[in-house]
Amino acid sequence: MEILSALFAFLYQVGDALAFLVLSACGLAIIFGMMGVINLAHGEFIMCGAYVTVYAVRAGLPLPLAIACGTLAAGVVGILLELLVVRHLYSRPLDTIVATWGISLIATQGVLILLGSTMRGVGTPLSSFTFGAYSYSQYRLVLMAAAVIVLVALYLIFNKTRFGVHARATIQVPHMAEALGVNTRLIYCLTFGLGAALAGLTGGLYAPTMTMVPTMGASFIMEAFVTVVVGGADVFLGTAPAAMVLGVIKAAMTSWQGQLAGQISMLIAVIIVIRVLPSGISGWILRERG
Amino acid sequence: MSCPIRGRFLGALSIASLALASTAATPAWAQSAVKIGVLEDQSGEFAAATLPKVHGIELAADEINKAGGIAGRKIELVVYDTQSDNTRYQELMRRVLQRDKVDVVFAGFSSASREAYRPIVNQFNGLAFYNNQYEGGVCDANMIVTGAVPEQQFSTLIPWMMEKFGKKVYTIAADYNFGQISAEWVRQIVKENGGEMVGEEFIPLGVSQFSQTIQNIQRVKPDIMMTLLVGTAQASYYEQAAAANLKVPMGSSVNVGQGYEHKRFTPPSLANMHVTTNYIEEVDTPESKAFVTKWHAKYPNEPYINQEAENSYHAIYLYKQMVERAGSTDREKIRGVIAKGDVCVDAPEGKVCIDPKSQHASHTIYLAQVGADHSISFPKVWNDIKPYWLGEAGCDLTKSDPSAQYTPSNPPPKG
Repeated sequence: MEILSALFAFLYQVGDALAFLVLSACGLAIIFGMMGVINLAHGEFIMCGAYVTVYAVRAGLPLPLAIACGTLAAGVVGILLELLVVRHLYSRPLDTIVATWGISLIATQGVLILLGSTMRGVGTPLSSFTFGAYSYSQYRLVLMAAAVIVLVALYLIFNKTRFGVHARATIQVPHMAEALGVNTRLIYCLTFGLGAALAGLTGGLYAPTMTMVPTMGASFIMEAFVTVVVGGADVFLGTAPAAMVLGVIKAAMTSWQGQLAGQISMLIAVIIVIRVLPSGISGWILRERG
Repeated sequence: MSCPIRGRFLGALSIASLALASTAATPAWAQSAVKIGVLEDQSGEFAAATLPKVHGIELAADEINKAGGIAGRKIELVVYDTQSDNTRYQELMRRVLQRDKVDVVFAGFSSASREAYRPIVNQFNGLAFYNNQYEGGVCDANMIVTGAVPEQQFSTLIPWMMEKFGKKVYTIAADYNFGQISAEWVRQIVKENGGEMVGEEFIPLGVSQFSQTIQNIQRVKPDIMMTLLVGTAQASYYEQAAAANLKVPMGSSVNVGQGYEHKRFTPPSLANMHVTTNYIEEVDTPESKAFVTKWHAKYPNEPYINQEAENSYHAIYLYKQMVERAGSTDREKIRGVIAKGDVCVDAPEGKVCIDPKSQHASHTIYLAQVGADHSISFPKVWNDIKPYWLGEAGCDLTKSDPSAQYTPSNPPPKG
């Protein structure tokens, strides 16, 4: 029983780290990993989703519906930003960094000015359960399930739907896709919107467990970029294994030596991976296959 | 803080707007006004706890200006936003001392920021008020500290909690000078009272996920948790610990009194939290109630009046008294007044006096207990707790100025 309890505790921690990495990174995996737009406003999409979720719960909606509102709101904001700003900068990646960074500053400071420095959260739903020597939050299991569902859904969208095929074609060879009658402008716009909506979903899912402040997006940013860089360009083949590897390393080191060691070991792992596999895990998998 | 370049752009904006504001306002009294520099984090990681400090300074300055100023001279505030960024503190401290030529500076939230600007205050021989509770030990003639220190907060709180809940203590603390030195104080006081440290973990600033930490705590089953977490990201701990059904009584020197977590989180995530603070808006005395009413008349949307807000407010009155008695804003003349040992004001918390040896403030310490519905009760109040440690350990600013920070394991040199 003791071993079982310890094993479950470790698996729970790996799952928890994995969920955080997958959900932080999934939106960015599309916008940065696939489309190549270095989106420094990713954290602010997450913040947008979280704030809308909390306001929706306050307005009386049940939490799942509120999270859907947050997701939708972030998606709409993403589409608007694509139309107004990002669209004009696809051929100028460095300028995109400046533009999205500016957007992130405006969003953080705008929220601080308009909505104040802090906001009361909604409280974690569900309760706790006990297994062996430890008690756990049930909501964390929901987060793990959400991470898996997001990965599966992304796989299905990009591999089984017409939109997904068009999106991949547009991003790989835009001119050829255009010649074959794909509306590439629309595809870019929708793909960016999908990435932003996923960030909003992450914000909505984590909103009940965190402090609601304008800078809350920043605590996702490091994990998001790290996972995408380790994962490489493919959303499904990259993000999932990258989050797995980093999640195991982070959970093991945090359990053994505390939070600081967890953070350090994760960053060291990233340095090693990008030194050995410059195009990330998905690049390596695809090369092995091909 | 995590992204210093990010601050630069906003800083330029706020400086530009301040420059406009200050050129617009140059009436006749400006020549003889007492200029007070205010460097506080009005944006970034620490903004939630620091915005009320600026308001406290503005409120006190308004009141004094309406009543005729400091010895007939108006107070002029020079306010900059330091954006929770240590390099901004250094730039702006040079700016207020060199260009704006202020008489005194009220500056700093995090201990990292204080240690970043302190050498600059020393270099230009300025005078700075640090109105924040902190880990203690700064023995510097250029600094006046009105916040509470560990001997005021921990030597009251920890013995009380150990008597009530048990002897096994676990500390989680923010991983920078404040958390490290505060944890050292906890270790020492727990040992002195016959307790046992069963765990200690330092959390990097900005970390927001605590699942593994919560499990580490459950593994050793402490009687008391000391939570010395700083910043809004780390505050997520309480929500997550409550969700995992971790119900160990908590103690802290920074929560509630500084970050008003009991107002920001859904009950009961902060239930059973115990904090020693020199002021919070729930303090139930006529002076405190009048203060809260006055505050809300000027700032109706203030989310909370925390201990730092009250410190900043009464610090202006302390400074007023020092200048009026010294007949000058000259630092050495002001220190001559402090050396008399009777610089005291009646603050909303009660009587506050400046100790000449350490230039720290004595305080009324309230033990605030958070209930399941996040209401506050005060099971114990200690009157007139002095910042004794530095003086007893050998810091005497009336005799020499080492301009150093000391800790229990690194006390001032004897003799």
